[in-house]
Amino acid sequence: MSESILEVQNLEVFYGNAQAIHGISLTIEQGELLSLIGSNGAGKSTLFKSICGMVRPRSGTINFKGQTTAGLSPARITEMGIAMVPEGRRLFRSLSVEENLILGGYVRRPGPWTLQKVYDVFPILKERKDYPATSLSGGQQQMVAIGRALMSNPELLLLDELSLGLAPVVIKDIYELLPKILGEGMATILVEQDVTRAMQVSDHFVCMLEGRISLSGQSDAFSHDEISAAYFGT
Amino acid sequence: MEWINVIVQGVLIGGLYALFAAGLSLIFGVMRLVNIAHGDFIVGAAYLAMVTITMTGLHPLLSLVIVVPLMAAIGYAIQLGLLNRVLGDDILPPLIVTFGLSIILQNVLLTTFSADSQKLNAGALEIGSIPVLPGVDIGYMPLLTFVAAVAIIAGLQFLFYRTSMGRAFRATSDDGEIAQIMGLDNRKVFAWAMALSMAVVAVAGVFLAIRANFDPFMGPSRLIFGFEAVIIGGLGNLWGTLIGGIILGVAQGIGAQIDPGWQLLAGHIAFLVILAVKPRGLFPRID
Repeated sequence: MSESILEVQNLEVFYGNAQAIHGISLTIEQGELLSLIGSNGAGKSTLFKSICGMVRPRSGTINFKGQTTAGLSPARITEMGIAMVPEGRRLFRSLSVEENLILGGYVRRPGPWTLQKVYDVFPILKERKDYPATSLSGGQQQMVAIGRALMSNPELLLLDELSLGLAPVVIKDIYELLPKILGEGMATILVEQDVTRAMQVSDHFVCMLEGRISLSGQSDAFSHDEISAAYFGT
Repeated sequence: MEWINVIVQGVLIGGLYALFAAGLSLIFGVMRLVNIAHGDFIVGAAYLAMVTITMTGLHPLLSLVIVVPLMAAIGYAIQLGLLNRVLGDDILPPLIVTFGLSIILQNVLLTTFSADSQKLNAGALEIGSIPVLPGVDIGYMPLLTFVAAVAIIAGLQFLFYRTSMGRAFRATSDDGEIAQIMGLDNRKVFAWAMALSMAVVAVAGVFLAIRANFDPFMGPSRLIFGFEAVIIGGLGNLWGTLIGGIILGVAQGIGAQIDPGWQLLAGHIAFLVILAVKPRGLFPRID
């Protein structure tokens, strides 16, 4: 039995008076890939932001490696070993590709990921290293965003909408690289619009609906109809 | 020859305006803060130099060794203790706070030093000059000011685009939220930016005080020159700011040559014309 690396319990998050997350609990174990699915506005990105410390939950706890992250700054949480590839990539546009990657390693956590290793996995980035990051194609930009997150040598990687706005062939390339990226025993939570793909690559899944968990379990244990019902709330 | 002289002197005074503007431009670039008290800090630095010189007997230019780090430390503290608390999505609160700072500074200077105008004495440097053409002489001090402006802007440019601190400045300016999850502490990044800005303010203050008389209330007019230089050059472009300063200086020189009363007006007209023709300035960097 492996140890759980992240435990979220009874999390409640508000934006002003609007409640975005209604009492969510989930755990993820070391080296596990958890898929987080749900329609737009289900609270997936809010959950990610809460885990990263960008949003402060009103109640509930988030424990990472047995320690609470409550009250910690996003910078401190990154130092503890959580990294995120944000939705829409959000690369630093006045920085070159290489500068984006270097900044990802700002916290200098020791581990297998170095600039060289990122270039080994994504050789195209080495060719383009001095280009402004946002001048690259969408797929290449996503590679920079992934590389930037890996540079902090995280123990938990949050991938938000990896395939958003990318051509299908590019999405396929990125998913083919995923095992190489995750091979280092990182725990990963993946948010993905393409539910079939999300189920294929993950061990477990959590389906969110209007800020609550509507279904969760092993990714191969439910039928398409059951998942569809949980996804749309029908 | 007279006109060549006007343009040469205008270019040189443009260096001083660029010094006024560089710190302003830097702060706006990193944290979108418009520092209304910038001009008053320049004057404050001049008084700080005056006190330093009285206490130590140093030459005004050597007093920079003390005034620059002191102003930087003050900038760091003000950012951490005050300005960081009001920075946010709304640009109005920091504007009002720096406006308040401006009033407070002017009055603190007034009660401490009285309204008498002061000047720093740089000795022989002030009167020496290099004859370049018949009728065109370049004074040591204007030349030194211009060289300092170019060196400071080159230095800032290097820092912004070649160092890890500059990388942090640019990243925080691009996307502060994501910079934080990379491990940067925005508050500290902003504090360093303000420290740097105030270091430049210190240099600007000392050169201003050697060049002309200063009193507690002349800050706002220096702020205007700074703003105009930044806008003419284009937001976020430091070399553009130098060119903006030069255009302002030359325009004022030409105005003064036509009629001494037109000096300031000519500068403002040049600014308004450029604003009307190219609202984003000549070389804009920031979208």
